[in-house]
Amino acid sequence: MTDDREERPSPDALLAAAQRETRGRLKIFLGAAPGVGKTYAMLQAARERRREGVDLVAGVVETHGRRETEAQLSGIDVLPPRQLEYRGKDFREMDLDAILARRPQLVLVDELAHTNVPGSRHLKRWQDVEEILAAGIDVYSTLNIQHLESLNDIVEQISGVKVRETLPDSVLSSADEISLIDLPPQELIKRLHEGKVYVPEQAKRAVGNFFSPGNLTALREMALRHTAERVDAQMVDYMRAHAIAGPWPARERILVCIDERVDAARLVRVAKRAAERRGAAWVVVSVETSGSYALTEADKDRISEALRLAQQMGGETALLQGDDVVATVLDYARERNATQIVVGRARPRRWRLGKSVTDRLFAESGDFNVFVVGGEDDDKPAPRVASRKVAVPSDWLNLAFALLCSGIATGLGFVIDMWLPVASISVAFLLAVMVVAMRSGLRPAILASVTSFFAFNFFFTEPRWTFAVTDTQNVLTLVFFLIAAVIVSNMASRLRAQILATKESARRTTNLYDFGRKITAAVTLDDVLWAVVHHVAATMTAKSLVLLPGESGLAIAAGYPPEDQLDDRSAAAADWAWSHGKLAGRGSATLPASLWLFLPLKTARAPFGVLGVQMSEDADLPSPAQMRLLETLADQAAVAIERTTLVADIETARVATERERLRSALLSSLSHDLRTPLVSIMGAASSLQNYDEMMDHASRHDLTQTIQDEAERLNRFVQNLLDMTKLGAGALKPRADWADLNDIVGAAVARTQRLARAHTIKVEIDSGVPLLCVDPVLMEQVFFNLLDNACKYAPPGTAVKVWARRTPDYVTIEVVDQGPGIPPDASEKVFDMFYRVDQGDSKTAGTGLGLAICRGIVEAHGGTIKAEPGLHGAGTAIIIHLPQRSDIDGLAARISADAEQGGRP
Amino acid sequence: MSARILVIDDEPQIRKFMRISLTANGYEVLEAENAAKGIEAARSQQPDLLILDLGLPDLDGQEVISAVRERSDVPILVLSVRAGELDKVEALDRGANDYIVKPFGVAELMARVRAVLRQRAAKGADEVVEAGSVRIDLTRRIVTRDGEDVHLSKREWGLLAFLAGQPDHVLTHKQILKEVWGPAHGEDTAYLRVYVNQLRQKLEVDPAAPTLIVTDAGVGYRLKRGE
Repeated sequence: MTDDREERPSPDALLAAAQRETRGRLKIFLGAAPGVGKTYAMLQAARERRREGVDLVAGVVETHGRRETEAQLSGIDVLPPRQLEYRGKDFREMDLDAILARRPQLVLVDELAHTNVPGSRHLKRWQDVEEILAAGIDVYSTLNIQHLESLNDIVEQISGVKVRETLPDSVLSSADEISLIDLPPQELIKRLHEGKVYVPEQAKRAVGNFFSPGNLTALREMALRHTAERVDAQMVDYMRAHAIAGPWPARERILVCIDERVDAARLVRVAKRAAERRGAAWVVVSVETSGSYALTEADKDRISEALRLAQQMGGETALLQGDDVVATVLDYARERNATQIVVGRARPRRWRLGKSVTDRLFAESGDFNVFVVGGEDDDKPAPRVASRKVAVPSDWLNLAFALLCSGIATGLGFVIDMWLPVASISVAFLLAVMVVAMRSGLRPAILASVTSFFAFNFFFTEPRWTFAVTDTQNVLTLVFFLIAAVIVSNMASRLRAQILATKESARRTTNLYDFGRKITAAVTLDDVLWAVVHHVAATMTAKSLVLLPGESGLAIAAGYPPEDQLDDRSAAAADWAWSHGKLAGRGSATLPASLWLFLPLKTARAPFGVLGVQMSEDADLPSPAQMRLLETLADQAAVAIERTTLVADIETARVATERERLRSALLSSLSHDLRTPLVSIMGAASSLQNYDEMMDHASRHDLTQTIQDEAERLNRFVQNLLDMTKLGAGALKPRADWADLNDIVGAAVARTQRLARAHTIKVEIDSGVPLLCVDPVLMEQVFFNLLDNACKYAPPGTAVKVWARRTPDYVTIEVVDQGPGIPPDASEKVFDMFYRVDQGDSKTAGTGLGLAICRGIVEAHGGTIKAEPGLHGAGTAIIIHLPQRSDIDGLAARISADAEQGGRP
Repeated sequence: MSARILVIDDEPQIRKFMRISLTANGYEVLEAENAAKGIEAARSQQPDLLILDLGLPDLDGQEVISAVRERSDVPILVLSVRAGELDKVEALDRGANDYIVKPFGVAELMARVRAVLRQRAAKGADEVVEAGSVRIDLTRRIVTRDGEDVHLSKREWGLLAFLAGQPDHVLTHKQILKEVWGPAHGEDTAYLRVYVNQLRQKLEVDPAAPTLIVTDAGVGYRLKRGE
C-alpha cells in the first residue's frame, strides 16, 4: 500500500464503523455441525461478560438437556418463553417484546437460523434479532454453517440432507464478531457416540450419513474458510480505517513469478489451478531488468504470451522494473499482501557466480511461503501461436555451419602448422568458434568449440591422428583452448543477442520517430487520421482504420485501404473497446470473433476513438512485439488527435471571443450612433410642435435643418450597418460592370459636398486610367466613406485630395487628407469593425464601420486597401489598388474601331 | 389644371407626408395602401401620375407596373431603396418612367414629379432641348455650346439625341445600348462609358463634375435640363 490515497483512513470505512456504534453488536458463534459446542461456548462467553458487570439475559437457549451446558446457564436470567398455539399444539418461542421491554445490555439468542411458528411477529428468528440489535441491545447467537443460504446447495450435495432453515449470508456478514467453534470430526463423532450431541427424533435415520468424517471435514472446511474470508475483509477494513500498511496475512493471494523460460505458460497454469483450489487471488509478474534488452524476440514473446494467458484465465498481471529481481518481487508481494510466491525451478547457472533467483527468494522471503514448481522437459515448446511468424534460422543449418567452420579451421591449422608451433593453431579454432557464435548463437558455438577441441586434439597434438595426448604442454594448450572457446562462444553469442536487440530497438525507434514526425506535421484532424492509418497499415502490413465517436455512435473516420462498413461483430468489438477503453476483437480476450483488433485511442485527458487493425490473411494475429508497437502507436496517435482537437477548441474559443467583442461593440455603437441623431430629431420636432408661435423664422429653419441633417446621418448609419451585415454574411456580391472612375468619384464627391462644405476636395484622375470593371454603387460608397472620414478628421479649411493613376498591374487611387494621421500601430486596425482611433475629448462622431466596409468592398473586388502617412508624413493617405481587366486594351481598340464607323452623318 | 397623383404605399406616415406636400404644391392626391387597391384605382380614377412603392404587402411592386402598363401609359414614379439597383432597372425596363430613392427629401420628390408630368404634357417630344449653355436641335441635328457648333460623331449624336428625347428622365444602360448600338449590343456598357465620357468632354463645363449628362450609378444616365 504505497499509494497515497490508500494510506489515509477511508471515509467509508470510518462511517460504517460509526454506524455500528448506535446499533447493538451481534456476535455469532459459528460451528460446522451440531454438537461442536457452540451453545456451551456462547454461555461461557456470557458468563465472562457477566463477571465484567454486563446486564444480560438469555432470550432463548437450547441446552438439549446437556449437563455441562445447563451448568453454564446457571446464574443467568432466562426470560420465560412465549406460549403459542398452532394447529392444536403448544409451541414456545422467544418473547421478543419482553426482551425489548427489559432492555438488557446483552441478550443470548440460540439458533439464529430458527424458523418461528406462524403467528410470531417475524417469520425467522434472525429478524427478531435484527429488531433487538436496532434497539441498541447486543446479541450473542449461534449458527451452524450448513444453514447459510449460499452454501445450501453444496451442503445438500455433500451430506444428502436438505437444510430448510436457512439464513441470508448478509446476516452473517453484518455480524460484528464471529467466533468459530471448531472441533475435529473424529472428536465430534466420538461425542455423537457418547450421546453428547442432540439429534431430533425424526432425523435419527439420517444421522449416520450426516456425521460421516467426510461430511464433517467438508463442513468444517466451509466454516473455516468462511470465517477466514470474513476475517480478511475485517482486516482490510481495519487497515483502511487505521491507514496501516504492512505484510498482513490476508485472503490468500498467490504471486507467480515468470521469466523468459519455456515453462512460463505452464507455471501460469499451475498457479491458476492452485489459486482456484484455494479460492485465492493470483497475480503473475515478470521483472524487467536492465539486462532484459538482450533477450531475444522469442523470449520476449514468451513472457508477453504468458502474461496474456494469465489475463485470459482471470489473473492479474504486472510487469515490474528493477535490477534486483528478488527485491523487486518481494517488494511487490508485500505491497499486494501476497501470501505465497510461486516460482519455477532454478535454472542451471551458466558462468555467473552467486545464488539463483529461486535460492535467494527462499533465503530472503521471510513472511512469504515460496513454492517451487518443478519444470518439465525444456525441449517441450510452450504454445507459441502468435510468434510463429518470427523467423528463426533453422537450428540444423546453424549446427552444420558450426561443423563447417571447424573444418575450415582445421584446414587453416594445417597451413599454420607448417610454420608456427602447435599452440598457435588454437587461434584459428578460436576464430572459428567466434565466427559461429556471432552468426549462429550459443549452441552452435559450443558445438564448434567441442568439435574444434577434438579436431585440434586429433590432428595437431602429439601423437597425431589419435585422441591421446602425451605432452603436458599440449594437455594445457587443449584445456586452455577449451576454456577460451567456451568463454568466447558465450560472450560472442551474448554480443550477437545484444546487437540483434539493438537493431530491433533502433528499427522500432526509427519507426516511432517517423510516425511522430508524420503526425506532428499533420495539422488538421483529417491529416492526422490519414497519417495514423497509413503508417499502421504500412508497419503492420495490415489493414487499419480509425473510428471516432459521432452523433450515432462510432463511425469510421479514416481507413487504409479505405473502408466504409464494419460487420456487426467487428462493430460490437469496436464499441466495447471504445466504452471500456481496453483492447477488444481478434486476438484479444474480448469478442475475438471480430475480424478486426481494436485498440482504444486515449490520453490522460479523454478517450478519442478506436484504432482498428486487421492483419493480412496468413497471419491473423499480431505478434507480441507488434502488439507493443501497436500500443505505442495508438498512444501517440491519441496524443496527436488530442492536439488537433485542442487546436480546434482554441480556435472556437477565439472565434467566440471575437464574436462577443463584435457583439458588444455593435451594441455600444447602436446605442450611441442610433440614439444621438434620434435625440436631435425628437428634440427639434417637439420644439417645433410646442413653440412654433414663439419662434422666429430663422430658428424654425434651423430646427428643421437639424431634423433633416440628423435624419441624413441616421440614414447613412443604417446604410453602413446594412452594408456591413451583407459583407459579414457574404451577401454583398459586387455586380461588376464597366465603370468610369471619374463618374464614381464624382458622385461620391457630390454626396460629400452636400454634407461638408468646410473642405475643398480636389480630384486628379490621370487620363491614362482605364475603365474599371467594378460595382459602381459599392465603389461610390467606398469613396464616400473615405471622403466623409477625411472631412471628419481633417481640420476645416484644409484640402482633401483624390488622385488616381495607372500602374502596370493596378489602378492606384489615393485619398489624402491633412488630418492628425493614424498612429502606425493602428494602421491595420482601423479597417477592423468598430475600431476607432482614440481621439481623446474631441471625439468625432463615427461608427467605426466606414473603413471596415471599404475594406470589405475593395477586397470583394480583388483589390487591396491600406493606410499610410500622407504627404511629407502629415495626415493620412488611404491607398487602394484595384485590379485591371486584362482585356482592357483590346476593348479600347474595339471602341476606337466603332468610332471609325460612326463619323459625322 | 391640377394633376391627379395616385400614391400607392402601405406606410400611412409616408402617404401622409406625400399627401401634405403634394397638395401644398397644388396636386390632387389619391391614396391606395396596397397593390390590389392601387391597380383598381389606377384603372378607375384615371390619375395623371402613379407614385408606387416597390415593397407592398400583397403583391410585388414590379407586378403592379406590369398590370398598370397593360391598359395605360400613365407615368409611373417608383420608390426604391438605395441598394436595390437591380429592382430599379427592372422597374424601368417594365415601363416605369423614373425612380426615387428612399429616404428622399420633398424637393427631390417634387423635381421628379414635375419632370415626369412635363414629359407627359409634351408628348410629341421637343424639337429643341436647352440645358444651360447647350442647345440640342433634334430635328436639325445640331448641337451648339455657347452658340458654337459642336462636332459629334454619329454614335455620339445618337446617344445624345436619345437622352435628349426624354430629358430629366433616367434611361437604363440597356435601353440606351439597344437604341443607339442595336439589340445585339445590350450588354456592352463599356462602349457607353466611353461615349458618355467623350460627350462630356465636348459639352460639360467640368467633365469631372458633369451637370448635363449625369450618372445614375448602376442604373443608367439622364440628361438634365436644370430647373
